[in-house]
Amino acid sequence: MDDRIVKSITRLVIPFIQLYGIFIILHGHITPGGGFSGGTLIGTSLILYTLVFGLLPSKKKFSHRMSQIAESGGIVIYVGIGLIGLFLSGQFLTNLDAGFPIGEPGELFSAGMIPLLMITIGIKVASTMVSLFHLLIEGDLDADHPGIR
Amino acid sequence: MKKHLLSLLFLIFFGILVYSIMEMPTMQNQEAPSYNEVTEYYIKNAVNDTGSVNFISAILADYRGFDTLGETIVLFTSVIAVASVLRTVKKKEGEDY
Repeated sequence: MDDRIVKSITRLVIPFIQLYGIFIILHGHITPGGGFSGGTLIGTSLILYTLVFGLLPSKKKFSHRMSQIAESGGIVIYVGIGLIGLFLSGQFLTNLDAGFPIGEPGELFSAGMIPLLMITIGIKVASTMVSLFHLLIEGDLDADHPGIR
Repeated sequence: MKKHLLSLLFLIFFGILVYSIMEMPTMQNQEAPSYNEVTEYYIKNAVNDTGSVNFISAILADYRGFDTLGETIVLFTSVIAVASVLRTVKKKEGEDY
């Protein structure tokens, strides 16, 4: 898209969208929200980047390789946190019995493993949204219509 | 004749369905069967059990953490399925598959 206004506004807005997404992910155990909604926000900011600046620059920022690492890394860290509970207290995905610190309820650093799980879900959902969008767009590029360049 | 019989049957079943809707508990009704002791337990003990002020997160990531793991695996599988169908692979010379 060759529009100077759209490009400058997007450049301005994307950091704030991503900051808000990170805020929602990190405050998942205090305020409404969590990994799924925050990850969706980050994913949509990257989709906006693709729509405005084109697929090739966006691929440089978030390639298939990186989405592979984010997709599988999210699940692996999630299962790893679960395994910590399995080894320390005998049950999979145990929170406080496994020795995760409870902290002060209502503060940012509290609730044991819940913020960590929220972060992994956030990474996972964000990369899922972007990579699905990129995969669907790539099919268009091979056809006669050039699609979004 | 058959048509009328079918319409009559349809009307009877429709009446039964509407009647059963009238019997359902209304919104904000505390006597509704979905407000059982599980809800009460979460409201009373979620903060002490998990340290999370947000009950939804406490249920999602602690009480039902295994379910959320399944959800993320569903997302993972969906991306793999879409990628295996749509992703363009550069074919090397003399290689057929």
